[in-house]
Amino acid sequence: MALAEIATDVKAVTKEKKGVGPWRSALRRFLRNKSALAGLILIAFFVGAAVFAPYIAPYDPLIPDLKNRLAPPSAAHLLGTDYMGRDILSRIIYGARISLRVGLITVSIALVVGTLMGMLAGYYGRIWDTIIMRFTDIMLAFPSTLLAIAIMAILGPKLINAMIAIGVVQIPQFARIVRSSVLSVKEFEYVDAARALGLKNGPIIFKHLLPNSLAPIIVQATLSVATAIIETAGLSFLGLGAQPPTPEWGAMLADSRAYLRIAPWTVAFPGLAILIATMGMNLIGDGLRDALDPRMKE
Amino acid sequence: MGQYILKRLALVIPVLIGVTLFAFLLIHLIPGDPARIILGERATEAQLEQIRERLGLNDPLYIQYLNFLKRLAQGDLGRSAISNNPVTAELKKRYPATIELTLAAMLLAIIVGVPAGIISASKQYSLFDHISMVLALLGVSMPIFWLGLMLIWVGSLVLGIFPPSGRLGVEITLQSITNFHIIDSIITGNWVALKDALWHLVLPGLALGTIPMAIIARMTRSSMLEVLKQDYIRTARAKGVSQRLVIYKHALRNALIPVVTVVGLQFGLLLGGAVLTETIFSWPGVGRLIYDAIMARDFPVVQSTILVIATTFVFINLLVDITYAYLDPRIKYN
Repeated sequence: MALAEIATDVKAVTKEKKGVGPWRSALRRFLRNKSALAGLILIAFFVGAAVFAPYIAPYDPLIPDLKNRLAPPSAAHLLGTDYMGRDILSRIIYGARISLRVGLITVSIALVVGTLMGMLAGYYGRIWDTIIMRFTDIMLAFPSTLLAIAIMAILGPKLINAMIAIGVVQIPQFARIVRSSVLSVKEFEYVDAARALGLKNGPIIFKHLLPNSLAPIIVQATLSVATAIIETAGLSFLGLGAQPPTPEWGAMLADSRAYLRIAPWTVAFPGLAILIATMGMNLIGDGLRDALDPRMKE
Repeated sequence: MGQYILKRLALVIPVLIGVTLFAFLLIHLIPGDPARIILGERATEAQLEQIRERLGLNDPLYIQYLNFLKRLAQGDLGRSAISNNPVTAELKKRYPATIELTLAAMLLAIIVGVPAGIISASKQYSLFDHISMVLALLGVSMPIFWLGLMLIWVGSLVLGIFPPSGRLGVEITLQSITNFHIIDSIITGNWVALKDALWHLVLPGLALGTIPMAIIARMTRSSMLEVLKQDYIRTARAKGVSQRLVIYKHALRNALIPVVTVVGLQFGLLLGGAVLTETIFSWPGVGRLIYDAIMARDFPVVQSTILVIATTFVFINLLVDITYAYLDPRIKYN
């Protein structure tokens, strides 16, 4: 039998088995996981707030109302007002937009660059592997927060720079995960078969290796969104990320620090928002890991 | 074992070179003239030339790097661009403060995290297990800068029990020997200072220790559950060994091996977290130093401080790997 015929046969077999694939059973496992669902609900809540912010926020997040400075939570201002009289609830709702964007942009940077690096190192091996792995070793030699701060020192304080810094810091994790996953998948016979069929490296990598390395990448990406939200808020808190009057949660905390004694709600609520959003992403990430890799679950 | 250590040591060298290269390049990676970045827009040409001369910025890059390495080998970390004070002297004062804080945080994390993980695993799905795992989830998701502020609010402003900032009360005098306040107060028998220093450590230690505490608790639990599934545990149980003895005598030792790794890695991460914690609690450590230096654009200080922290981190990781290989000899073959 010619190789091409075998390939057609293999295609036919895989087609037949579609429908009860590993992805579908993973989805089933994920949806049965109560804490993962709780995480999904929390994040849906934040995404909803971010998308519909102009419709649901009771006040403008930026316009000061100096007559109502530092008002405690009340019916008019559910979470109180800050030192400029701005409604904290509205600022948190608009802040969800920023945090979601932060999560997505940061992880996209780390995901794209890290995946490419991991693919190169894992598939081509040799000198590529040595260079890329030593590079990640060096990056991992810095505590991540410190490395992000060092990069911010280079780029200068701005929200977009904070996203770049946190994204860059997360590259090594993706590179390593993709590399080890490619290394294990690359040895499978179907990759040999694809090569024997005359497929070039590009299609082999993107059509055969990448889809089979997807599970660990998805888990890492979800958990990285959580880290990105918290770390970017941390940089903004230090004055290195979002600048006032942007309603970014970390920057709101930094803004309100001085009023901790007389108006603790101005500090408590933005921080709670960071905590809940991060927890939601962590729950989803843990749930995905359990669903995609049943061996990990005790 | 000796061979493994040598191999692991060899891996440290390229990493350390990379770390020094990054620290060195830091100032050159900033777009623009480094001298102007340090001195600001209003600096005169004469001032700029003076700082270029002082920092050796007129030399070719590789000469600058070699000089940088030569100075490092002599233990010279350069001088602050603003105060012109040697960075080494500043670090001698500040480094012990950071180590004292990170050790306190780690101690707290282990004291709470390990027992919580053990009890959770031995009573899997019990109320205790559920509560401690929810708390651990909160812990790993915690923005420590917010936790720090909340601790100040409750512990200091509302209850008035703990001091909100600093390492020692202003009314306390303590002779500096090692710059570790705890050690200094014990050496000099100054018990008032010891109590005050410990008191000052509680809130920042708790803020910094929360994330590692949660991670250690989770790790201990899952590692313990893994070990409890092993055949030798089943054998012990079949022999009629009590649950208590199974857990503490047979399972714990093996279960703690991965925990050692996590503790080591977390210790390194605490050095990064110290920047936030020290800023919130006005703790005079290296984290605060680096923050102040970035804000003042004092890049020689940023460079040296990053270098020192990263080097510490590299050696902690080395130590962790060697300890791990010692505890679990199988690792050497991988």
